[in-house]
Amino acid sequence: MKDIAQGYMTEDGRQIGAVLMELKNITLKFGGVQAITNASFDIREGEIRAIIGPNGAGKSSMLNVINGFYHPQEGEVWFHGKKRPSMPPSEIARQGIARTFQNIALFHGMTTVENVMTGRQLMMKKNFFWQLLRVGPALEEETVHRRKCEEIIDFLEIQAIRKTPVGSLPYGLQKRVELARALAMEPKLLLLDEPMAGMNVEEKEDMSRFILDVNDQYGTTIALIEHDMSVVMDLADRVVVLDYGKMLADGTPDEVQKNQAVIDAYLGVEN
Amino acid sequence: MGSFIYSVLGDPFVQMLQMPDFLMQVVWEGFVSGILYALIALGFVLIFKASGIFNFAQGIMVVFSGLTLVGLHELGVPAFLALFITLGVMYVLAFSVERLVLRNLVNQPDIILFMATIGLTNILIGLGQWIFGGETKSMITEQLWLPTGSSVWEPGGGLVIFQHIDIAAAVIAALLIICLALFFSKTKVGRALRAVADDHQASLSVGISLNHIWVITWFAAGIVALVAGIMWGARSDVSFSLQIIALKALPVLVLGGFTSVPGAIVGGLIIGIGEKLFEIYWGPLFGSGIEGWFAYVIALIFLLFRPQGLFGEKIIERV
Repeated sequence: MKDIAQGYMTEDGRQIGAVLMELKNITLKFGGVQAITNASFDIREGEIRAIIGPNGAGKSSMLNVINGFYHPQEGEVWFHGKKRPSMPPSEIARQGIARTFQNIALFHGMTTVENVMTGRQLMMKKNFFWQLLRVGPALEEETVHRRKCEEIIDFLEIQAIRKTPVGSLPYGLQKRVELARALAMEPKLLLLDEPMAGMNVEEKEDMSRFILDVNDQYGTTIALIEHDMSVVMDLADRVVVLDYGKMLADGTPDEVQKNQAVIDAYLGVEN
Repeated sequence: MGSFIYSVLGDPFVQMLQMPDFLMQVVWEGFVSGILYALIALGFVLIFKASGIFNFAQGIMVVFSGLTLVGLHELGVPAFLALFITLGVMYVLAFSVERLVLRNLVNQPDIILFMATIGLTNILIGLGQWIFGGETKSMITEQLWLPTGSSVWEPGGGLVIFQHIDIAAAVIAALLIICLALFFSKTKVGRALRAVADDHQASLSVGISLNHIWVITWFAAGIVALVAGIMWGARSDVSFSLQIIALKALPVLVLGGFTSVPGAIVGGLIIGIGEKLFEIYWGPLFGSGIEGWFAYVIALIFLLFRPQGLFGEKIIERV
């Protein structure tokens, strides 16, 4: 693998920057079960980074370590060139890490717009007396954030369901609303846990397009978990492969696809 | 047999029609106690929605806040300052519950959190008796500028008496509910509260701190408890037996749904008015005392036919 310390150029001509996040020797255990063993990789600015592996490989655990749901027993997480101390996930979200969930975690009682607005939660500073009165600075603030949300809603083509309670939406749209909420946070790093799970071919194509557009238009760094290999090969700039919590490979899609250990893990080893 | 059916299905209604002013009086009395049930139930709903905890201590919080208020006044603190300090005490309580109990028991099974609130109940009972003594106190109604007299209304030669404190209770409860509704729907904190009520993980992922929200909900439940304490106290007295009445909130919740604010209000009113009507008109058939168990029978019927309550979210389990 070539030296990429100062960033690199992708095949489609995008310039990838310096290291945004670095995971160093992460080990995560649940009681006697070792979910992740000594995994190290980095995520660079502007990059689409995929984490793949068979079921139970520790992919979701890895995402949960990055956004702070899990605290690894060993290893360090470096973000923006600084070692990140142990902190609650809400605090990590404040630092600019947004995510979506494998099993969709939306606020079912709220409409699409309200869900997306929760992504602006942290940026709203006016206290609730002003908000109750709906005057002056609070109204202005609400309007500014609302405009941003509408922009994202347009971007993801979900205008038609703006006022619909999300609980009643079909699965594919719910996934899109979840992405909209994460984008509303204007994250530095966006984590997507199986963004295309359970979708049909058409929905998958839509979602792929949105992921590429997000990366392109907002310059958002994206780390995603995906099972569909063809999708991963199309989207990702670099791929980490996990199996039973251990790193099997790390490299471009082409490199990873040719890696013998990866082929063995996916297809089984012939004895 | 015929006369029994008449005395169940006929006579009570004949009585209602014969003395409509008395019927109005009964409904009004039921309405006011219904509002107070609703207030207590509201405290339960707030905490249940935000954290999934059935807070057994809500009843004692009503008593404790009332006792604190009256106790401070007895020490010579002016009434409104005492009210202000009591609010502060409820905040400290909310803060301590989050820091000492919830934070340490997070992700434990519901039953453990429920047990913790029973423990909290006992602590508050002990604390209340230790600081303020066990005897009954009377609420400082006049000092808080709450009205005490009564008015008479004579519709068509009848007679309906309205205690002013009851009217005040209804108005204040309505105001409180409107304020809470606005707070929930219009503010950022309200939006965060609803988010937490919906999904903890998703809330964390957009940067909402659960600990912060729990303090706010417990404080809101504390404020609701204080208002309920003042109003119940003004109608009867402030004593530890009040917490028995608070248990009536349980059938109210079964009726209205554990997660619904409108449900708590409607449920409270149905139970309040229903039990008064049955006590007065059907009570003699059962040898009176219906008020004690009517609410629970209604709750039982609801559990059989509509376990999620009138307004509760439909219980869907995916398998």
